[in-house]
Amino acid sequence: MVSIEIDGKKIQARDGALVIEAADDAGVYIPRFCYHKKLSIAANCRMCLIEVEKAAKPLPACATPVTDGMVIFTKSPKAIDAQKGVMEFLLINHPLDCPICDQGGECELQDIAMGYGSDVSKFTEKKRVVKDKNLGPLIATDMTRCIHCTRCVRFGAEVAGVRELGATGRGEHTEIGTYITSNVSSEMSGNVIDLCPVGALTSKPFRFSARAWELVERDTIAPHDCIGSNLKVHVCNGREVVRVVPRENEAINETWISDRDRFSYEALYSDDRLKTPMLKENGAWREVDWETALQAVIVGINKTITDSGADRVGALAAPTSTLEELYLMQKLMRQMGVNNIDHRLRQLDFSDQQQAPVFPWLGQPINNLENNNAVLLIGSNVRKDQPIAAHRLRKAGVRGSKIMTLNAVDYDFYMPIMAKIITSPMDYKHQLAGIAKALLAQTKQPAPNGFEKLVSKVKITASHQAIASALVEGSVSSVLLGPQAINHPEASTLRMLAQLITLLSQSQLGYLSEAGNSVGAWMAGMLPHRVAGGKDADKTGLNALEMLHKGLRAYVLLGVEPEIESAESVIASRALNDADFVVSLTSFSSEAMRQYADVMLPIAPFAETSATFINAEGQWQSVAGVVPPLGETRPAWKVLRVLGNLFGCSGFDYITSDDVLTEVKQLTKDCQTDNTVVWCCPAPITTNSNADILVRIAEVQMYAGDSLQRRAQALQNTHDADFAAIRINKACAKKFGLKDGVKATAAQNGTEITLPVVVDDNVSDNSVLIHCGLRDSAALSTDFTPISIRPV
Amino acid sequence: MANEVCFSTLHLDKSWALSTYQAAGGYAVWKRILKNKTSPDDIISELKTSALRGRGGAGFPTGLKWSFMPRNTPGQKYIVCNSDEGEPGTCKDRDILRYNPHALIEGMAIAGYTIGASIGYNYMRGEFYEPYDRFETALEEAYKAGILGKNIFKSGVDFDLHSHIGAGAYICGEETALLESLEGKKGLPRFKPPFPASYGLFGRPTTINNTETLASVPYILANGGKWFLELGRPNNGGSKLFSVSGHVNKPGNYEVPLGTPFAELLEMAGGVWKGKELKAVIPGGSSTPVLPAKIAMEMDMDYDSIAKAGSMLGAGSVIIMDETTCMVKTLGRLAYFYYDESCGQCTPCREGTGWLSRVVNRIEIGKGQQQDLDLLLDVAGKIGGRTICGLGDAAAMPVMSFLNHYRDEFQFHVDHKRCMV
Amino acid sequence: MRTTKLEKKPVEVVNNSDLMLISKQSYAAIDKWIAKYHPENRQAAVIPALHIVQEENGGHLTIALMDELALYLNMPTIAVYEVASFYSMFEHKPIGKHKVSICTNISCMLRGSEEIVEHLKKKFAINLGETTTDGKFTVKEVECLGACVGAPMCLIGREYHEYLTPEKIDAILEKLE
Ligand SMILES: Cc1cc2nc3c(=O)[nH]c(=O)nc-3n(C[C@H](O)[C@H](O)[C@H](O)COP(=O)(O)O)c2cc1C
Ligand code: SF4
Ligand code: FES
Repeated sequence: MVSIEIDGKKIQARDGALVIEAADDAGVYIPRFCYHKKLSIAANCRMCLIEVEKAAKPLPACATPVTDGMVIFTKSPKAIDAQKGVMEFLLINHPLDCPICDQGGECELQDIAMGYGSDVSKFTEKKRVVKDKNLGPLIATDMTRCIHCTRCVRFGAEVAGVRELGATGRGEHTEIGTYITSNVSSEMSGNVIDLCPVGALTSKPFRFSARAWELVERDTIAPHDCIGSNLKVHVCNGREVVRVVPRENEAINETWISDRDRFSYEALYSDDRLKTPMLKENGAWREVDWETALQAVIVGINKTITDSGADRVGALAAPTSTLEELYLMQKLMRQMGVNNIDHRLRQLDFSDQQQAPVFPWLGQPINNLENNNAVLLIGSNVRKDQPIAAHRLRKAGVRGSKIMTLNAVDYDFYMPIMAKIITSPMDYKHQLAGIAKALLAQTKQPAPNGFEKLVSKVKITASHQAIASALVEGSVSSVLLGPQAINHPEASTLRMLAQLITLLSQSQLGYLSEAGNSVGAWMAGMLPHRVAGGKDADKTGLNALEMLHKGLRAYVLLGVEPEIESAESVIASRALNDADFVVSLTSFSSEAMRQYADVMLPIAPFAETSATFINAEGQWQSVAGVVPPLGETRPAWKVLRVLGNLFGCSGFDYITSDDVLTEVKQLTKDCQTDNTVVWCCPAPITTNSNADILVRIAEVQMYAGDSLQRRAQALQNTHDADFAAIRINKACAKKFGLKDGVKATAAQNGTEITLPVVVDDNVSDNSVLIHCGLRDSAALSTDFTPISIRPV
Repeated sequence: MANEVCFSTLHLDKSWALSTYQAAGGYAVWKRILKNKTSPDDIISELKTSALRGRGGAGFPTGLKWSFMPRNTPGQKYIVCNSDEGEPGTCKDRDILRYNPHALIEGMAIAGYTIGASIGYNYMRGEFYEPYDRFETALEEAYKAGILGKNIFKSGVDFDLHSHIGAGAYICGEETALLESLEGKKGLPRFKPPFPASYGLFGRPTTINNTETLASVPYILANGGKWFLELGRPNNGGSKLFSVSGHVNKPGNYEVPLGTPFAELLEMAGGVWKGKELKAVIPGGSSTPVLPAKIAMEMDMDYDSIAKAGSMLGAGSVIIMDETTCMVKTLGRLAYFYYDESCGQCTPCREGTGWLSRVVNRIEIGKGQQQDLDLLLDVAGKIGGRTICGLGDAAAMPVMSFLNHYRDEFQFHVDHKRCMV
Repeated sequence: MRTTKLEKKPVEVVNNSDLMLISKQSYAAIDKWIAKYHPENRQAAVIPALHIVQEENGGHLTIALMDELALYLNMPTIAVYEVASFYSMFEHKPIGKHKVSICTNISCMLRGSEEIVEHLKKKFAINLGETTTDGKFTVKEVECLGACVGAPMCLIGREYHEYLTPEKIDAILEKLE
């Protein structure tokens, strides 16, 4: 620590801290434009000039480190003169169009300019005009307003990991943009909107919808990925969400959010939004009041139970539902004797669910990801699945940590990758066994029971050795299972081998789970075999896949569209359509849902209900609703409470959602947080048994993960919201006579679909990537199963 | 007493050839150093004795600069030569590259040895096709003769030297912009500290010197620091190349001892042309303050004397203006230059240089207003000292000095909408 | 199955047959530059490479050429655009067969560069920065080229021409094909 003096205040500052950091800590505001604590120092705007005793010239506070005994004046005549000078320069070419600027009222330039009084500029020359750039569906530009702070450019290089924006030209003619017409494609691109201190980069969906002073700001949590990024929602007239920005939380999302979390709010006002309860009678839908709708639910479910038994009823919930909703849903079902309860719609292998940890989680705090020296990612497109986690990993990678992957697609990770194995999903277990075998040899530890036989045929490759060594050498290292591993048809084997690798290399096993409340759903007991708190259920019901395969008589759906969200979309669709009674608690209706459902109850989505989410690190985050539910919509926890009462169940007398939360907390307070399970030897692994079988890689398309994202228009217009296609590498395409851009037919389990072919050499051999979550690919039956392709 | 250092072989036939250079004693120092394993400290101390100051413009003592290199830190270090030569009025490095490239090569090799750099780059401006070819040929000769490369003369010392070229940007003469440019980026000056000695080319410790500075080194070590010092004056050692341009009868590069009276230099250059009167002199290149004839005629050409006269020796680029010169127009051209060449990262420089240029231009074409004169000073004052690199100061300085000495001419333009000369 | 192990970012091994715009000879010349730097610093060759590519393309750069170079040097395309648009020797529109770059900075101005400029403007009936209708000459105003003692001067192709007078430049241009 060093002692310094700022504006007469004596303070202690961290050694090596910059003057601006020390001042911020001391609550002294120094104006700045280019400085941002999460970006490298550019020191180019010169706004933060301050006077330092004994220094001949004014110094930039953002680039000057404190020294012991330093005496700093931020508001002395010299400092103010320097700052005013810079301000004057900035304004000579800045349009004075604040009244029509989206940034008006929240513009750093405007704020600081006001602070210096409104000097009439002596500048009488023409102002610079800069042509606008089209950066795509998310970001609106007005480049004449740009003050060249280069925050957005540095963000791309340093945080997003892709240099898309640049400063081309020289001097006064420098322009920020992409130079050629091209959309920015980073999944984190929206952060430049917050970074831009003026109105040059603003939110396109938000454009002109409100003025800053008409907005109130409220806190919430992003429901989509397992990070649980903290958000601030901007609400207009107390009713409408018009914008979402990050809420700083150093431990979780720092100052960033993904585009997914920023723009999904648009779905709240999509045409699909269900605003009143609906009832289908004789094949025709009509709007009804809540009482009628709820009555229909009671009658429908009771009739099914009476006629066919409670085990012919199933409940499916989206893992993006709130903790309260998930808990009440399973509580209601269980009290009615229904044990067919699940949220794992994309899972294919349930064989080890009895041994599963209480909740599969990241195994470490999110911010610890950046402290790892070695990380092995399995079946994970982390950059698109959980952009914030990827950012943490990237920080580690850029620092020199060894990031390694085992994937079916050679994803463009924007970080140095030390080793990668790109192979068919059917080969994963073979590769993991190889790594485990290499580890056994390297560490000379005893093999667990049955392992020798398991891997006797497996050959150790150089990659296995390299990955094994990196994990052993890393003092902090992790093996992380992504959605494509968790939902893999041999997930239990992969899990067991991954765990063995972590035990041998003293690494952490972690799950990069799918959704905002995957952990919460496990905790709440939204499972066929466990009740809240991870305790075994009295009777184990059917899992999600069985429920759909068996064709139950009635289904209760919570925020879920199984016809595209299930691992077996065709079967899901058939099961729902064949059922006698389907009730959907949903914020949106769709053509498909109107087909299979009998009652649709409009429930409040994200932002319209109080909610608790438990993210991948096990952090509980509770928020209140930020806007009132639209139309007749009601928060689902209230709907479930009323249903509980109407069904005559006990213990549904909650007054607030907090009461529900308190109950869940009570039930889960003793939960163990260990991901490791008892060793149970998988079946022997033969070499490359599936070498010649073509398999479908089932990656959920970036913006198709849940019902909100799928209806957020701007996100759907981005590059990442790719169309459904048959993606295959050059060699395979040749083998099957396929041509880029020409349509082909994919067939699987008696289902067929015709889609355009995209030749993509990042796809591994013997694999086809057909994204799921899309209506256009839902006619194809199953994730990760053999598939055949032929030209049309 | 001229042409004793960088230009000492200039009169010889094919002065740029290795054979000529060697016949005149070239590379003897390099060989001696390799053979004796002369300690770097001895070399630095010799340079300190010589009082050699950087010839690139800032005049920083070269021995001191070399001593800043962290010689004991492991890893790659670099020596970089600044042959960007972009300062209006300056054209001496071009002649060193064309006529005495081996002195530069030897100087860079010695510098590399001294600071512990096994790789050197000579950054030449993109338009220097002919000098580049000469330098490349010289490099080839040197490699062939075993003067450069690995394990030179079996000494165990490695030194590789490469040319690099720019593509038209004055700012790349600024040393950190040059490094950025050499790394394959835009030439944006870096904020200092860290200085290149700790974070330079590709993030490694780097020393950057001007062409003339480096080319002087072999001569200093051959003849001794004291010899060099005594060529010039205390704290102003050696002789120096002066590029005398503008209104003189014999424009050219003249190597004369530091301390030579300006009047003498002017005479060497044939005096003011066409029998005209001397009006003004810019003594060190466009960024240095202009001096009226009266002051100039009384000063000597060395760092300290010119500073005392109110300007700077800079790169030794003496621009002579006769009585017919319109100072408004001249400043206008300089102001436009800085506007054209600002890299654009600092607000005051990016926005202010254009403003200055436009206002001077307005005054020149008779559209100036009374308040414009003070406005110029005000804007220049808001640029100077407030930017990352020296270009901001360089742009402000001419404005201030032109207005300081020739305000009446500017006033005349405003009042009469035309030029007084 | 494809298994690769990589240290840092891959150094692109570009198969020239895939890249149609830059010739083998140019790539060979670029490779010579690349060899001057540590393999990690491949990007350092971008300015020389842009010169080579521009010359081969008859004096100006195109987006496609810059994109190809970006791939070859392992740079983001925007980084190449930034460089190519920063330095004044790079042209982004087709120019005449001969680029006449006339210095008009202080020393040249003092010795009559204006006269040369006016002469050429009249001779070719074009403005500065423009190309003659026959596509033979582009006349460009440039900043100081470091030959001030030979003022006024210009650069044509790879050559400096000093002590210009209208007659002298006429004679020089006369000789050009
Ligand atoms: C805007 C600007 C332009 C410069 N141009 C040159 C130049 O063309 N050549 C040069 O040697 N130094 C130039 N310099 C000075 C260099 O930054 C640096 O001080 C010099 O190369 C150091 O070498 P020296 O110590 O041998 O003089 C310039 C400085 C500034 C601020
Ligand atoms: S002062 Fe001008 S040239 Fe120097 S870094 Fe700043 S903007 Fe660039
Ligand atoms: S905030 Fe310090 S220079 Fe921009």
